[in-house]
Amino acid sequence: MTRPTLAQAHPVAQALAIEAAGLVKRFDGTLAVDGVDISVPEGAIYGILGPNGAGKTTTLRMLLGIIDPDEGVRRVFGHDRPHEVAKLIGYLPEERGLYPAMKCDDAIAFLGALRGLPLDIGKARGRELLEQHGLGHAIDRQIRHLSKGMAQTVQLLGTLVHRPKLVVFDEPFSGLDAINQGKLEQLIRRLADEGTTVIFSTHVIHHAERLCDEVAIIAGGKVPYAGSVDAARDRIPAQVRLETRAPGGTWRTALPDDARHDAKAGGSHFWYFPVPESGIAALLKRLIEGEAGILSLSIERAGLHDAFVEIAGEAAARALADDGASEAVR
Amino acid sequence: MTDTTRLSLFEAARVVARRDFRAILFSRAFLFFLLGPLFPIVVGALAGGIGGQVQRDATTNLMAVTMSDADTAAMLRARQALAEEIGYALPELGPDTSGDAPAEILARPGNTYAAVLSGTLQSPVVSAPPEQIERWRGAVAVLAASAQGAAPDSFPEVATQPVATSAAAARSDRIRTAQAGQLLLFLLMMLLAGMVLSNLVEEKGNKVIEVLAAAIPMDAVFFGKLFAMLGISFVGIAVWAGFVGAAFLLLGEQMPLLPEPALGWPAFAALAIAYFSLGYLLLGSLFLTVGGLAATVREVQTLSMPVTMLQLLVFFLAAAAITRPGSALELTAAIFPLSSPFAMLARAAQSEAIWPHALALGWQVLCVALFVRFGASLFRRRVMKSGRAGRAPKTARAA
Repeated sequence: MTRPTLAQAHPVAQALAIEAAGLVKRFDGTLAVDGVDISVPEGAIYGILGPNGAGKTTTLRMLLGIIDPDEGVRRVFGHDRPHEVAKLIGYLPEERGLYPAMKCDDAIAFLGALRGLPLDIGKARGRELLEQHGLGHAIDRQIRHLSKGMAQTVQLLGTLVHRPKLVVFDEPFSGLDAINQGKLEQLIRRLADEGTTVIFSTHVIHHAERLCDEVAIIAGGKVPYAGSVDAARDRIPAQVRLETRAPGGTWRTALPDDARHDAKAGGSHFWYFPVPESGIAALLKRLIEGEAGILSLSIERAGLHDAFVEIAGEAAARALADDGASEAVR
Repeated sequence: MTDTTRLSLFEAARVVARRDFRAILFSRAFLFFLLGPLFPIVVGALAGGIGGQVQRDATTNLMAVTMSDADTAAMLRARQALAEEIGYALPELGPDTSGDAPAEILARPGNTYAAVLSGTLQSPVVSAPPEQIERWRGAVAVLAASAQGAAPDSFPEVATQPVATSAAAARSDRIRTAQAGQLLLFLLMMLLAGMVLSNLVEEKGNKVIEVLAAAIPMDAVFFGKLFAMLGISFVGIAVWAGFVGAAFLLLGEQMPLLPEPALGWPAFAALAIAYFSLGYLLLGSLFLTVGGLAATVREVQTLSMPVTMLQLLVFFLAAAAITRPGSALELTAAIFPLSSPFAMLARAAQSEAIWPHALALGWQVLCVALFVRFGASLFRRRVMKSGRAGRAPKTARAA
């Protein structure tokens, strides 16, 4: 089978931080990633969205050169070998890891040194970053004496200490409480504002929806959709959301037969259906004349979740929801 | 884009080596490492009996015969006739027609004779170093009597002619130096390789390995770890050398001395350090590969066992080759990468030639590079897996 080349996959000239075409990876004959195409514009916040085991981590590892693809091509800032541009990249793996005996500032300096930052500069910047993130008191403390959240913050700072142009986070929100998730979202936005390209994988749709300019939806090792979040949502027509007091009446004929109905405690009724071809004004007129008792009426764009269901299928969406629920329990 | 966007292999390895070196130097493991030399002493004492046996085997029993042709032939016939009954107690006889004096024969470079038999059947003369001369007196008397066809109760008087030393005796002495060098090398290497292995397993346990693999090539990670441990070993060696030096100053000549190696002590010491470094790098890279493939300590133990056994076999191979210089066995031991450092160190103790060492060192450096490259590549291919990996292969699904 002929795999697409990068030129075929992305014919329009665009400054890309990462471009990949036809990435395939097998482990002991088992297909982990099956023909992934991704292009990440410079300066974008890009999400890789999929349930656990979908191939997100393997894809990221291939993009970063930790492992090589069995088939396909990938380029980071135009380089086929990502290690060639290692100084421009910051990476926070899903399984966080630091040397337990190292002090916080030394740990940050070491992570910077791996990316070419001189140790003394790394150490000074590390102390500065720790102060900025409320960990000034822990500068000289060994990693083994930190809480899990604090250690995660230290590793995050070590990922950023050399001021990379591309930051890759693998499941960065995993294991964080709501407050720290909020802080991380702010940090990601700030990085993007400064021109840094941010890629992160997640199985929580809300993070991707809130943060990302573009997403790649990954399921079963394939990427059925890669593009802007807006375009994904626009794949599903906008819906009317009507809330009425009356459960029925002559006004019901104004609604399509397949309108979805939800009765809520407290007596109100919700109806969901596509925007009618005759327009909202005509619909509103008939509802009023039919004494529907309108409590609210809105036109709603599809969410990323709906788009995910549409694109990846019910099963993948269910797996994604299950992963999110498990994460919440943890 | 220029090279400023990445670290060179050397720079990347240095970052890893610096971290590891400091971490190990200030750890309890380093204390154990410093105590390491005590183990060879204990093992050496236990293995004394075995070493003694090897020493006895290593002493040659070949005797040059410079008698007249007729007497030499008679002695050889007598040796053959008696071989079945008491051959084990008799020297091997080798006619020497050079006409050289016994002392000259024994002093020849590469001489393998332990003694020289001259004179006549009626008045045989044995020339040998003093510590060996009595060993041959009775056997020569029996042979000479038998060669004359005399009755067993009529033995000729055997004259003796002590010689200061012989090349064969010197060779035997140097074997002791070679054995000591090999044993020290082996124990040090096993100790270090074990430490580098546990270091990598610990790294996998604390999940740092992925951060390293993302930032720098795995070759650099491997080299960094290997050289950090090598640096640690040099610190240890410096400490031990200090103790030994102090002991010499305090005890002087009471300290046991090994015979001087063929290349002299300075060159031998330099080569010992070089062979130790390369031997450790070879074994360490194998152990790193094993450590990279193992997920748990139990797996490490299981996987490292064959490597340890292989190293033991290799050590025995090199040890056996000591007494057979120039043989196919010695050549094999010198060429096989894992035994090469041992075999060549033994050669440095026994032979004056320098060029084989240059060749061997070059070969060993090449092997280290290949081993590390292979181990790093295996690590990347086999270890960095993730996800459920539960999907069927493409071919299976297509079917």
